Amino acid sequence: MARLGKSVGFNSLVLGAFALITAALLASTYLGTKDRIAEAQREVAKRALLEIVPMDRHTNDLLLDTVSVPANYWHTLGVEGGEVNIARQGDEPVAVIIPAVAPDGYSGDIQLIIGINIDGSLAGVRVVSHHETPGLGDKVEIKKSDWLLGFNGKSLTDPTAELWKVKKDKGAFDQFTGATITPRAVVKQVYKTLKYYNEDRERLLKAARQQPTINHQASEDSEHG
Amino acid sequence: MADIRYREIAHNGLWKNNPALVQLLGLCPLLAVTGSVVNALGLGLATMLVLTASNTAISMIRNHVSEAVKIPAFVMIIATFTTCTELLMQAFTYELYTILGIFIPLIVTNCIILGRAEAFASKNPVVTSALDGLMMGSGFGLVLLLIGIIREILGNGTLFANMHLLFGPMAENWTLHLFGEGYGFLIAVLPPGAFLVAGMLIALKNIIDKRIDDRRAAQQAPVITGAKRVRTTGAIS
Repeated sequence: MARLGKSVGFNSLVLGAFALITAALLASTYLGTKDRIAEAQREVAKRALLEIVPMDRHTNDLLLDTVSVPANYWHTLGVEGGEVNIARQGDEPVAVIIPAVAPDGYSGDIQLIIGINIDGSLAGVRVVSHHETPGLGDKVEIKKSDWLLGFNGKSLTDPTAELWKVKKDKGAFDQFTGATITPRAVVKQVYKTLKYYNEDRERLLKAARQQPTINHQASEDSEHG
Repeated sequence: MADIRYREIAHNGLWKNNPALVQLLGLCPLLAVTGSVVNALGLGLATMLVLTASNTAISMIRNHVSEAVKIPAFVMIIATFTTCTELLMQAFTYELYTILGIFIPLIVTNCIILGRAEAFASKNPVVTSALDGLMMGSGFGLVLLLIGIIREILGNGTLFANMHLLFGPMAENWTLHLFGEGYGFLIAVLPPGAFLVAGMLIALKNIIDKRIDDRRAAQQAPVITGAKRVRTTGAIS
């Protein structure tokens, strides 16, 4: 019995030592890469935002200048939390970029960011992530097809409400050959988001005007010339 | 003598006992991420790195852990290296990391890695174990790469698309369009295409092995038949 106890004790000690060593290794790797990872994530998020509202249309730091999505609209937008990014010229908002999720894609959620100009017209729509079928539904990626650009300039009144559908459902938007469900889901969610903006516009812009403009840090400004 | 042993380890990992084509281990990532060269190469390199590092570490500790706690200790080491690789990929190739997604953390469960730890690294000295990890990893990675090349060409008509995800801006225009823009062959892009290509490669390897065996047999044959003939003629006369 004593021998068994001794061997259990020894083995636990060995395993414990391993746990300590591996934990230390992990901790140091984590600390060493933490900043770079955060920067890489910021970089990717920023690139998507900049595609919708390019550098020459705003002067502030899109990524940091945000207003929270109000909880009563989470359901409409299909999100849980999230931030609306505000684009400004000087201190005046010129566009907002709203996160939204189309829940009824062919294989689950399609995560979108939807840029809307102050006047309610679409500045641009981008897919952040999706699981649609490669070769069919993945034409919602801007890399694969320019279908998303078809939203630019559209608004709640152009086309009219009954035409905010894909052509197969007698609407104004193209579907893809062999894939209707994906574009249908995206069109529906873009329309819902436009409606959200229309309803929440006053509050959103007021909130944006009340908080201080966050401009690019000096170093970043020089980087972009 | 050592040279022969090293050559044998390399031959084992790259060809004779290739993890993907002969042992058929790690098929899940093999099928899931070989849609393009950049994905295949990314996962291949990550697996190779984890396998080499874990083999080395396990060989170093092989005399200090008892039989009872061997497996938990191995798993802990493998998990650590996988997580480190995951963090490094996030830091340096973030977009590729998001594309490969779950398959990076799943390297932990890749049977090749625990298999080599148990079958080789726990019984062999550090240098040979490291070499074994490197060679087994390369064998796996090369098959991934080959399937990636074939599927990308067949499926998208491109080669080396999006290589900048792995090699940075200098690889921005490495993409080759082989059949013009807009070409696409769906089945090669989807998982069944991966099964088909992997199956073809296994068949090809078996054919080559058979050829080699036949040739070897043919080289030895004349001696035997010659000897027989001597005896036969002897009997007749």
